[in-house]
Amino acid sequence: MADHSEHVVSVGLYWLIWAVLIGATFLTAWIATVDLGIFNTVVALLIATCKASIVVLFFMHVKYTSEKMTKAIVVSAIFWLLLLLFLSLSDYATRSSG
Amino acid sequence: MATTAVSSERANYLNAEYGIRSWLFTTDHKRIALLYLISITAMFFVGGFFALLIRLELLTPAGDLLTADTYNKAFSMHGQIMVFFFLVPSIPAVLGNFLVPMMVGAKDLAFPRINLLSWYLYIAGAGLYIWCMMSGGVDTGWTFYTPFSSLFSNTHVVEAAMAIFIAGFSTILTGLNFVVTVHRMRAPGMTWSRLPLFVWSHYAVSLIMLLATPVIAITLLLMVLERALNLGIFDASRGGDPVLFQHLFWFYSHPAVYIMILPSMGVVSEIIPCFSRKRIFGYSFVAMSSIAIAVIGFLVWAHHMFVAGISLYSALVFSFLSYLVAVPSAIKVFNWTATMYKGSISFSTPMLYALGFIGLFTIGGLTGLFLACLGVDVHVHDTYFVIAHFHYVMVGGAVLGYLGGIHFWWPKIAGRMYPEGWGRLAAVVVFIGFNLTFFPQFIVGYLGMPRRYWQYPAEYQVYNVLSTAGASILAVGYLLPIIYLLWSLRYGKVASENPWQATGLEWRTASPPPTFNFDETPEVTWEAYEYDTMPLPEEVTLER
Amino acid sequence: MSDRAGLGDSPLVVEHEARPELRHHFADVVQQRNAASLGMWVFLATEIMFFGGMFCGYLIYRREYYPSFAAGSKSLNLWLGALNTAVLICSSLTVALSVRASQLGKRRQLLWLLWGTIFFGLVFLGVKGFEWRDEYVHHHVPTFYFSAQDLIRENPNLHIDPQATKIFYSLYFSLTGVHAAHMVAGIGIFAVITFMAWKGKFTPEYHTPVEIAGLYWHFVDIVWIYLFPLLYLIDRRPGA
Repeated sequence: MADHSEHVVSVGLYWLIWAVLIGATFLTAWIATVDLGIFNTVVALLIATCKASIVVLFFMHVKYTSEKMTKAIVVSAIFWLLLLLFLSLSDYATRSSG
Repeated sequence: MATTAVSSERANYLNAEYGIRSWLFTTDHKRIALLYLISITAMFFVGGFFALLIRLELLTPAGDLLTADTYNKAFSMHGQIMVFFFLVPSIPAVLGNFLVPMMVGAKDLAFPRINLLSWYLYIAGAGLYIWCMMSGGVDTGWTFYTPFSSLFSNTHVVEAAMAIFIAGFSTILTGLNFVVTVHRMRAPGMTWSRLPLFVWSHYAVSLIMLLATPVIAITLLLMVLERALNLGIFDASRGGDPVLFQHLFWFYSHPAVYIMILPSMGVVSEIIPCFSRKRIFGYSFVAMSSIAIAVIGFLVWAHHMFVAGISLYSALVFSFLSYLVAVPSAIKVFNWTATMYKGSISFSTPMLYALGFIGLFTIGGLTGLFLACLGVDVHVHDTYFVIAHFHYVMVGGAVLGYLGGIHFWWPKIAGRMYPEGWGRLAAVVVFIGFNLTFFPQFIVGYLGMPRRYWQYPAEYQVYNVLSTAGASILAVGYLLPIIYLLWSLRYGKVASENPWQATGLEWRTASPPPTFNFDETPEVTWEAYEYDTMPLPEEVTLER
Repeated sequence: MSDRAGLGDSPLVVEHEARPELRHHFADVVQQRNAASLGMWVFLATEIMFFGGMFCGYLIYRREYYPSFAAGSKSLNLWLGALNTAVLICSSLTVALSVRASQLGKRRQLLWLLWGTIFFGLVFLGVKGFEWRDEYVHHHVPTFYFSAQDLIRENPNLHIDPQATKIFYSLYFSLTGVHAAHMVAGIGIFAVITFMAWKGKFTPEYHTPVEIAGLYWHFVDIVWIYLFPLLYLIDRRPGA
């Protein structure tokens, strides 16, 4: 029964991930100053999701674990949050008056 | 199978260590279960006291026993105590804690110290709530709706909300322990498809506990901040939306009702096969239906808000989904019935409770469907029809399951048999008292009597009198087990390892069990519910 | 010890005696480690829902009161927010490297990295505190002489509702406040881990507490990764 702690990630890869995350942070701050209309929000959340995924996969070792439960839990929790957000927002979005 | 006359002298979890410190600092899941048993029973009687006040007031149409404000406090605290401090922990914290490790063949839960912490959190929450009650209580209704709770109520809303906030973490830790235990601590050979359905239902319950409870925690926190700091997030006159509070509140509180019923269903799934001497019909369907109830239960919350101002589109979606959630519950009822068909039925006390559960839960569940229908709901929302519906499922369902489970596993927990005659009598008294209390409420609610009112038109009095009469009978039914179960600790017949000849790993170790449950780690090579190969129990057949 | 009565010298007992960190109810250290890991991931799932309730309120009101929320967002210090994001990313790096150090049994390196993590955490809280104080001075803290007049002046072409800006700030302080509370807890946890590391408790065979504390810290970082764009970057277009 393998588990993630047996896989030792290289220092170089960690620094690379760090650089990508820092770069993405400055990218998201800069792109917010560019007028993309409605896509500003979309892009900001997309970049945030990429950053979060990198942290989960590499820093939290989800990429290296053979435990299916870990991935199932992460996916389920996100799904449940989206359920809360989506079903509540759909009430407000379909109300006739403001 | 002969009873072992000296089993109470053998080392077991009860006599392993003595003294209050050995109980208050224990990490043994069985002792923690008993700590919970005592605490929730105490809270049950506090909640019951408020029910007594309500029913006494409602004997007469005029508001003559309590003031209107005091009546508001009575029903608010009755609801909060019964939901948060009795029903939500009841079966999981008592029977679940005691049995889940044994049923999977483990020595303890995955995190015994966290288990003890969860009890202390419960005590802290309950203590804070009692303090709130003594200081004057809370009158917002159990639902804490804003803006009354955040702005206008002059009662101790913050203390009550914080007490429930703390108790919520007790629930979360219990659920966490169960999930990790079921995933990681099963004995060799105990595959998922061999697990008792009690374990499946507790696994499903744990999913709900983990995903829903945090939402009410943050909601109560936001409401407290609103009240303390005058924020306005939930106040319409300042641009806020009270309905947002309701969305967040019910996102937890609807799944919470499945937290309250699923463990009971798990108990019934253990009792029915045992007292029909027949394996459960459709094991995988019953197991999967628990998961289905947990999942679909998250999709229906706004059916509590049909008349609150949500959009019609939203109401239609939630109404449809609410019909859907009845399906897995119905599957269970069909499977239990099919299990009994051509079985060898014996009407022991646990079986009486389980049969009562099936009938009363069906009525409660079906009336839930009435409420899911938008047109009907407009008429009966906030009437006694709703109160009758949820008491049928929560008392007729959850409490009967809890009592049935306590009796079924009492020999294992205490090492003693309870007196069967008194057990059956109490079950019948509970059943009669319950129906007399709550069936008239369906009628009077349909006729228009609103809930949460301390006075009512004279034409509703006869139903209220019947209801209060029923409540007094029900109270007797609740008191009887307290008396004879305590009596049995000293004078009850010493229990054998498996007095019911039931399947399940918990019945393959001594009654009461040793501290580490099994003398040797079991290796499971058989399927669940193999009643065709089990002999008949002597105790039950002898009682004819 | 009474809890080993009857077990004799079975392999179970031998393992329990050889590995003092192995708790009695687990069969072996692998089971214990997997249980701890699963337990922390499950707990993080509950935390997602805990923050999720606030995110839900935030998204609903942002949609409802977009101009006021945009004005509130612009009043936040973008560079401090970005700096804090970078600080947390650095702390996640030190956490990941410290797990690696514990896997390899490098005690000195582990201690440096754990102290580094705590340092970055404190920097984050310091910057956050500075921002909050600044917001207090500008009357942007609800309850404490709140006023949105400066926002209305600075954003003449936005239709700003003062009540809605107060809702923005209420959610801003709730979200960052709860996040900061989690940071404080995280620093406390890492202080304990650092003490344990200093005592030499971690080996390549046993370093589970470092791993699971790390998981918690990364989660708190991820929450901020979402808070930064949602709070600070609603509308930063020049001239908007």
